[in-house]
Amino acid sequence: MSKFKKKKSGDLPAISTASLPDIVFMLLFFFMVATVMRDSTLMVSNTLPAADQIQKLDKKDRIMYIYAGKPSSRYEDKYGTQARIQLNDKFATVEEVGAFILAERAAKRQELQNVLTTALKVDGETKMGLVSDIKQELRKVNALKINYTTRLGAYSQNMK
Amino acid sequence: MPRRAAPEVNAGSMADIAFLLLIFFLVTTTIETDSGINRKLPPMEELEDPPVIRERNIFTVLINKNNQLLVEEELADIKDLRSLAVAFLDNGGGQNEEACNYCQGDKDPDSSDNPQKAIISLKNDRETSYKMYIAVQNELVAAYNELRDREFALLNPMAGITYVEAEKRYNDPRTSAEEKERLSPKLDEVKNRFPQKLSEAEPNKSN
Repeated sequence: MSKFKKKKSGDLPAISTASLPDIVFMLLFFFMVATVMRDSTLMVSNTLPAADQIQKLDKKDRIMYIYAGKPSSRYEDKYGTQARIQLNDKFATVEEVGAFILAERAAKRQELQNVLTTALKVDGETKMGLVSDIKQELRKVNALKINYTTRLGAYSQNMK
Repeated sequence: MPRRAAPEVNAGSMADIAFLLLIFFLVTTTIETDSGINRKLPPMEELEDPPVIRERNIFTVLINKNNQLLVEEELADIKDLRSLAVAFLDNGGGQNEEACNYCQGDKDPDSSDNPQKAIISLKNDRETSYKMYIAVQNELVAAYNELRDREFALLNPMAGITYVEAEKRYNDPRTSAEEKERLSPKLDEVKNRFPQKLSEAEPNKSN
């Protein structure tokens, strides 16, 4: 009878995978917390221009979103390649912006109705003509607080 | 007869279920951008008799349809726009009651009298690209922020933060009411020294 049992050499012990679920859950919780559900599907291409003098937007319930840009590739046959406005889930003309803002405003709580901001999410390639038209419509319905939504970056990225 | 112990549930597939959920969230996640340049549009009603503004108090920026810049009637590069705007706003060439005692500019009689009176006028063409417009807006805001940072540092040497950071903190909903109250007069004083007067003309139709 040997006092020292000779260790088995050769086969490696299996790595315990018992902590794998913990790791996966950790990642899962991160993504669950970080996820913001979009409330409308984008139908226009939306590469935002870059700027570095930016301010954070207000809380989400005080924002009305207006998207603009060229229709994305799967809508191209139907709507062409001219830049268009998207309100909620459908394409719209400039004249419909005012009505949209009024409807959105009416749907908000009373105390928020005066502090609403309109976020313009406009594709960088869009011409200013369309943006000016939107701005004129917003002035007509007295929605004067606007935000040009941009991504963070040096302005020189816009020159390319 | 003694009760049998409940058999242990096999947790081996828990990882699979968690993976499934994880992949679902990975695919659906879109990180939304929620920051940008805030602007206020002018109200619709036009003033009956607009105030008379001296030509030297207006800093004109024009962007044409080829995205070229014309600053004060001269072709300029966007790189120089910020420093040109700072020089204009900080000029302080006014005399007597229009004098500016905190300006550090050249006091050029052909440039602005006082930051209170200095107006930046921005005009673009309908064919100007949005990217260029944002770049110009960004540089003009940067010029104001640069001057406001300077004034904020002069007025509050012990603050340890810049104007931009202070304003960010002020706008943050998590900031306590007391701190907001403390910050508010400081910010207002700086804003009063360099009010953001950025006027935008309606774009002309290009032919």
